[in-house]
Amino acid sequence: SRICVITLAEAHPLLQSGKTIKNINYQISANCSRLQNKVSGKSKRGAQFLTELAPLCRISSSDGEEYTIYSCIRGRLIEVNENILSNPALLQEKPSTEGYIAVVLPKFEESKSVTQGLLTQKEYEEVLLKRRSSAS
Amino acid sequence: FRNLGLPLAKDDIVQLKEAYKWIIHPQLSEELGVPADGKSLFEVSVVFAHPETDEECRFLATACPDCFKPAKNKQSVFTRMAVIKALEKIKEEDFLKHFPCPPSSPKKLCDALEIQCNNGAVFVAGRYNKYSRNLPQTPWIIDGERKLESSVEELISEHLMAEFKADSFNFSSSGREDVDVRTLGNGRPFAIELVNPRRIRFTAEEMKRLQQAINDSSDKIQVRDLQLVTRSAIGRMKEGEEEKTKTYSALIWTDRAIQREDIAFLDDIKELKLDQKTPLRVLHRRPLAVRCRLIHTMRSEYIDEHHFRLHLKTQAGTYIKEFVHGDFGRTKPNIGSLLNRTADILELDVESVDVDWPPTLAD
Repeated sequence: SRICVITLAEAHPLLQSGKTIKNINYQISANCSRLQNKVSGKSKRGAQFLTELAPLCRISSSDGEEYTIYSCIRGRLIEVNENILSNPALLQEKPSTEGYIAVVLPKFEESKSVTQGLLTQKEYEEVLLKRRSSAS
Repeated sequence: FRNLGLPLAKDDIVQLKEAYKWIIHPQLSEELGVPADGKSLFEVSVVFAHPETDEECRFLATACPDCFKPAKNKQSVFTRMAVIKALEKIKEEDFLKHFPCPPSSPKKLCDALEIQCNNGAVFVAGRYNKYSRNLPQTPWIIDGERKLESSVEELISEHLMAEFKADSFNFSSSGREDVDVRTLGNGRPFAIELVNPRRIRFTAEEMKRLQQAINDSSDKIQVRDLQLVTRSAIGRMKEGEEEKTKTYSALIWTDRAIQREDIAFLDDIKELKLDQKTPLRVLHRRPLAVRCRLIHTMRSEYIDEHHFRLHLKTQAGTYIKEFVHGDFGRTKPNIGSLLNRTADILELDVESVDVDWPPTLAD
């Protein structure tokens, strides 16, 4: 199945200790709210199309920081997780399961290239290590 | 006919199709020396071509252009549906301007293009058990490559195709199960349409032997109550798919430990209402929707601190795996939320499909 579930990465600042989420906003511009995404039928017509840099939502934490979460995947937006609107803690407690952000379905022709463009768990950890060692 | 002042209703007018049969059947009968039967099991189809008929329809295209779309796959733009639509739209006066009523006699005869002989399809029904956790119901082929060997429908149909000497088959069943799910108990009702069978007469004895042959050929599936049925039987079977209950047995794992007391309450829950969004695992080929389903009863069997078996009786169309693991919280409530833990399903078996069709045969 080519379905992609977008979640917060392990190393995201919001998942580090001490941060409390104040607000999650799916209204990313004057004309576009991810909450208004409506899909119909098997081919998910009417879905908002996302590019890698398309913002999904903006999350503000209680210490005044604001984070924009990007899609990183090209494809049709199927649904955004409304459960985290009513229960923001879910995003931090269960980021990889119930606290997911969105579900995206890439185009059939692009699904293979999308999967190949992702990092494996190992590759991700290597990136994090390099980042930390160059920062210190 | 209204102008003739006769009190006629639409149903009083003889359909052209019927009148044609009344005229042609006796003529064919006499010419071929056999009785003409409109419902026979042996069908002879003759295709005629008459290009002048297409010409006659041309005025409809100018009168109602939006009824006729240029067809890519069809031979003619004047399909039956399109012509009917245009005839309903066109006003009687406009119609009469272009076309005489009654119509004039055709000037040319039609040509017979091809003759095809076909045997009417026969239907074989039964119930199947699936004992393998590695067998799809229908062949699993992606990009021309077969992902898993064989399938339930092929294992059953192979023998039937050979005995009935049919050209092809259409397999349908009262619901389906995943590749890794077993079907136990009385099995799941199925029906196979055998297309253009050359042999159709089988005694009950012969059907029994056919059933035995299928059962001897594979340990992955077993069939029972194999019998010939009519086409209307398929409707009864599909009824079962939407309306009848199913019972399952699931082997469940939990992350945090459980004691017997922690799962006992599940046995007391009746008519649990679920809201299930289309599971992620099928979302690529199904529309996004929320379905409301009922879990009628549950019975738990404690195994150890991280495992228990759950027997459930549910409404047709319930996604059991998603009820156990929650599908990212998109099925609510779920076993995880009920037990306040993370749960996952290790094994699933269908214990029964509660449809009382096809009729049970004595052994």
